[in-house]
Amino acid sequence: MSETLISLASRGRSQGASGRIALRELGRFRRYLSPLLLVAVWQAACASGFVSTRLVASPWQIAQTAASLIADGTLTSNLGVSLLRAGAGFGIAAVVGVTLALFSGLSRVGEDLVDAPLQIMRTLPALALVPLFILWFGIGETPKVLLVALGATFPIYLNLHKGVRSIDPKLLEMTRTLGLSRLDTIRNVILPGALPDLLIGIRYAVGVSWLMLVVAEQVNAESGIGHMMMDAEDFLRTDIIMVGLLVYGVLGLLSDQIVRFLEAKLLVWRPLARGAAR
Amino acid sequence: MSAALKRAQSELATAAVHAGSHEDGNVAVIVEGLTRRFGDGPAVLDRLDLAIAPGEFVALLGHSGSGKSTLLRTLAGIDPVVEGAVSRPREVSVVFQEHRLLPWKRVWENVVLGQEGKDGRDRAAAILEEVGLAHRIDAWPLTLSGGEAQRAALARALVREPGFLLLDEPFAALDALTRLKMQGLVGELWKRRRCAVLLVTHDVDEALLLADRAVVLERGRIRVDMPVALGRPRKHVDPVFEDMRETLLKSLGVSI
Ligand SMILES: Nc1ncnc2c1ncn2[C@@H]1O[C@H](COP(=O)(O)OP(=O)(O)OP(=O)(O)O)[C@@H](O)[C@H]1O
Ligand SMILES: [Mg+2]
Repeated sequence: MSETLISLASRGRSQGASGRIALRELGRFRRYLSPLLLVAVWQAACASGFVSTRLVASPWQIAQTAASLIADGTLTSNLGVSLLRAGAGFGIAAVVGVTLALFSGLSRVGEDLVDAPLQIMRTLPALALVPLFILWFGIGETPKVLLVALGATFPIYLNLHKGVRSIDPKLLEMTRTLGLSRLDTIRNVILPGALPDLLIGIRYAVGVSWLMLVVAEQVNAESGIGHMMMDAEDFLRTDIIMVGLLVYGVLGLLSDQIVRFLEAKLLVWRPLARGAAR
Repeated sequence: MSAALKRAQSELATAAVHAGSHEDGNVAVIVEGLTRRFGDGPAVLDRLDLAIAPGEFVALLGHSGSGKSTLLRTLAGIDPVVEGAVSRPREVSVVFQEHRLLPWKRVWENVVLGQEGKDGRDRAAAILEEVGLAHRIDAWPLTLSGGEAQRAALARALVREPGFLLLDEPFAALDALTRLKMQGLVGELWKRRRCAVLLVTHDVDEALLLADRAVVLERGRIRVDMPVALGRPRKHVDPVFEDMRETLLKSLGVSI
């Protein structure tokens, strides 16, 4: 009698637990449900002729095109060129942005020399400089890389500068009572304290890099994902354009993930970051 | 390093803080005619005099805004001496109301921050053991409780073996139980190390529990200077304790 009771009770508990697990799995799956549904509706609309495939390629068509673009090397070589431009531009922006931010953040002279002009320049939309850049640098790699660099410098500069300037003065006071030298204070307090802001700046800068790259490559280029898309426009190949969009989307997503990973690694001291990393 | 050179150096360190010099072996800290004002306002400290003997525990009381922190910051060397003279030991440590630990350094790294030598972790371990925080030696400061963080701050202050320890309301932000424990701890540590201590507090009981002397800062000067001639450990129920408590409260403008 009592045995039955126990077994009943335990079975009930295990059922509850497995039910909860199943529910959680379903919850995870549910996040992908609506995008998948959207793709299915899209495919159906194209197949039934409801939407002209001249204007919008069907998902299946896009997949096929992507496969053939990869097979003949078009996609890979254009992607390589684009990545190189974005990487070079972002690299320049990182060096310039970090240097300027430290110079203006750590010294009065630097603040006066650097901050004012940069605060004025940042109000200019960088994209408005495209015609000027083409005039100055022609249509080679230089204007494209520099455009990316220009756009990405500002978020890095602004965030790091703010980070350096907003270090808790109480901590700085403490380090003075501990007898730390200026150099030690910069190394132990200011730089690590400004790191979270720098990472935020980098996250924005990566986004801006892709944006600048798209524009630079669509305005004038002989290679790159943007060029591939503009080329396709001439031949009404919406499928190729869509493949380009897809690539941009994946690149944006991936770079964001990399920065998030960096944040989790470098900011382990934040209880929130630790929780997320585990 | 020769003794003479050391002595010269320590004199130099003192000279950075004060204008005059004192050759009195029985005094650790001397403040003479210290005046401090901010901008064109009235003097927060007004020709203040104070002397603390080596190993003496002094509690500093006073209304909010009376200038306790200003005096403490001047003694710590954070604020400059504009008018008057201050002489103090070279090694001075401060614990503030907030722990002021660097969030991106582990507890032990915070404790030996700015200390030279390779045995940092061992030294930190020893001192953390002493303040009862050995089990959190590798923790990140943001994961510490309020009491634990103040223990770490205390360890950081003591690892420097200060001749003079400055405490600016170090327990004010703690809950009543933790505060009692921390008061006990500070009493213990002081008994062992015998450095001069200046404890800023609003808590009359805390002052009477720990200090050899309670002084009250009012209108820029030390207006009450009361020796606390009680045996240790001290009990609240002691009638002398009660009397002193009343005297101090009265001088702070509270009548009971
Ligand atoms: N940097 C400053 N600039 C201007 N005024 C200041 C500054 N620091 C302190 N004061 C003023 O000096 C007076 C004394 O301040 P202080 O912080 O020393 O008071 P306190 O006795 O420590 O008060 P509390 O008990 O509230 O901590 C206050 O009137 C305060 O406004
Ligand atoms: Mg104060």
